[in-house]
Amino acid sequence: MLEINNLTVEVGGRRVLKGVDLKVDAGYTNVLFGPNGAGKSVLLMTLMGFSGYNVISGEIIFKGEDITRLSVSQRAQMGMGIMTQRPPNLSGVRLHDLLKVISKDPKETEELAESIDMVRFFDRDVNVGFSGGEIKRSELLQLSAQNPDFLLLDEPESGVDLASIELLGNTINTLLNRDCKCPGDRCRHGKSALVITHTGQVLDYIETDRAYILCNGTVMCSGNPREMLSEIKEQGYEECIKCKLMQI
Amino acid sequence: MQADADMRKKAEDALGKSAAYGEDFNLDEYSAGATDVRYEQNLTDLTEEDKRTLLNVGFTPGEENRSGSLIMVDNTIAHTSLHDKDGVELMSLRDAMKVHSWVKDYMWKLIKPDADKYTAMSYLQDANGYFIRAPAGKKSKMPIQTCLLIGSKQVSQTVHNIIIVEEGAELEVITGCSTKHGVEKGLHLGISEMYVKKGATLNFTMIHNWADQIGVRPRTVVHVEENGKYISNYVTLKPVKSIQAYPTVLLEGKGAFTRLNTIAVAHPGSELDLGSRVIFNAEDTSAELISRTITTGGVSIARGEMIGNANGAKGHLECHGLVLSDKGTQRAIPILEANVQNIELSHEAAVGRIAREQIEYLMARGLTEEDAIGMIVRGFLDVGIQGIPDELRADIDETIAKIGENAI
Repeated sequence: MLEINNLTVEVGGRRVLKGVDLKVDAGYTNVLFGPNGAGKSVLLMTLMGFSGYNVISGEIIFKGEDITRLSVSQRAQMGMGIMTQRPPNLSGVRLHDLLKVISKDPKETEELAESIDMVRFFDRDVNVGFSGGEIKRSELLQLSAQNPDFLLLDEPESGVDLASIELLGNTINTLLNRDCKCPGDRCRHGKSALVITHTGQVLDYIETDRAYILCNGTVMCSGNPREMLSEIKEQGYEECIKCKLMQI
Repeated sequence: MQADADMRKKAEDALGKSAAYGEDFNLDEYSAGATDVRYEQNLTDLTEEDKRTLLNVGFTPGEENRSGSLIMVDNTIAHTSLHDKDGVELMSLRDAMKVHSWVKDYMWKLIKPDADKYTAMSYLQDANGYFIRAPAGKKSKMPIQTCLLIGSKQVSQTVHNIIIVEEGAELEVITGCSTKHGVEKGLHLGISEMYVKKGATLNFTMIHNWADQIGVRPRTVVHVEENGKYISNYVTLKPVKSIQAYPTVLLEGKGAFTRLNTIAVAHPGSELDLGSRVIFNAEDTSAELISRTITTGGVSIARGEMIGNANGAKGHLECHGLVLSDKGTQRAIPILEANVQNIELSHEAAVGRIAREQIEYLMARGLTEEDAIGMIVRGFLDVGIQGIPDELRADIDETIAKIGENAI
């Protein structure tokens, strides 16, 4: 589904990602761990093609096609979707109007909006005056309406109160897997995702397949998500850096 | 009579007096135009082209959801029809002067004939226009629609409108200003004096759809009494040579309120000098001035002015201007003046391009760049104007879509 080869990216003249290699197979949900400032969000923004994220070298292969130079729209139309951490305010653009334009299945969108209590935000301007949790629910609703094959989720649980995390996690899980319960079936029919998480809380609700650890703009390690999370909790990221240095 | 003669002399002297703002038009280049135009009583019998012209300024020829209709072509009233005879009066100003002896007491009271050459010209030509009056306590459920049309080339259309909303009454007026197909050059001079009396409400929407070489010089003053409300929507999204207007609302009674919305697009070659002025002359009066302008290559000047002369006055002024071309100009000129202590006037003004991250946010949802810009522009210009016919809304959408395409 997605293959990143030797990707180096500059933001504001500063090299943030250095030779990143990463892969997400079809139907897989991979996780990206890493300390603050490691470049996790930059990687997701670069994958979506946002301006200001300049690819210096390397390539992004999506569905077998080199998308490194494609526009944001082209990537979205190929089936990529993103939930960013701090989306901009869109004054004058009502949430309902945007949903109408992007919904592939309006009825399903309305139903999801009901279930995550977003109907009352339909006439509000997108993101304007939304709380942290409301932004996440709004983003999730938009992503569901858009229904992409490949989801980039940047810390979906941040800013969400404990009581709402379950709702959010379950909604993401439904969005990713739809009705596929069997792991084999999921690989064939489910969606793919790359998820950034700091706390790992969202992993209680979604099945993940592989984790990558990003430190200082470089992939340090990859492996089983749960094992890695418990290792990070015990040892911290410094151990990952040391481990990587040992390999060199 | 002596007073009339004095005023006439002053107006004659003012024929050479340029306006404070905007391009100076030579009045000698324009004629009076057609004088014998008559439209069908049933406006649905008009040609498709004429109907389209009317629809594009919010005027529905079928008169669905309208209390009455009036059309002025060049300097002639070509059509008048009234369905809600109990709730509202609608006729030409000349007819109103015959019906009501007191109409003259409302004429040239808010606007001085010698203010500039355009007011002087309108005075000296004894300009006709519409007279709309909502009797005390009457609340007409549907709006009156009027259209001021330039139908001949090189015409100077002079208009004098009077609107009176008597105590406790409510009235809605939609005025469309347009040119007939093929008319390129012309001048529209419009005097509008509006009176909103105690506890009354006037909702006034004006939609412009002129042509490339039309000059427009409206002069509007609104007088609002105690607890009266005046809501104005001023819409000009199509190319025009030059509009210079500075409508003024006088809040003269305690608790009076006004909201003035201006939405405008300055196309290449257009100069839009659109101001709004509110003068708070009574206690506890309030006002909101909202200006949303876009330049795609023309000059847009948004003047907003609030002058507080009475305690308890509150006002907020918002001037936002989008720049969608390297060639256009956006100028926002907010003016706040407090002449007493207990007053709250504020403003926010911003001009600039659409933030790239907003466009890309929508692109990440699958919209093309054109559609993303269109959606943001539509949202930017949406100030919640009610009663716009579907055809006009579709025309506005088309204009906005073109702006999106051209902005890339």
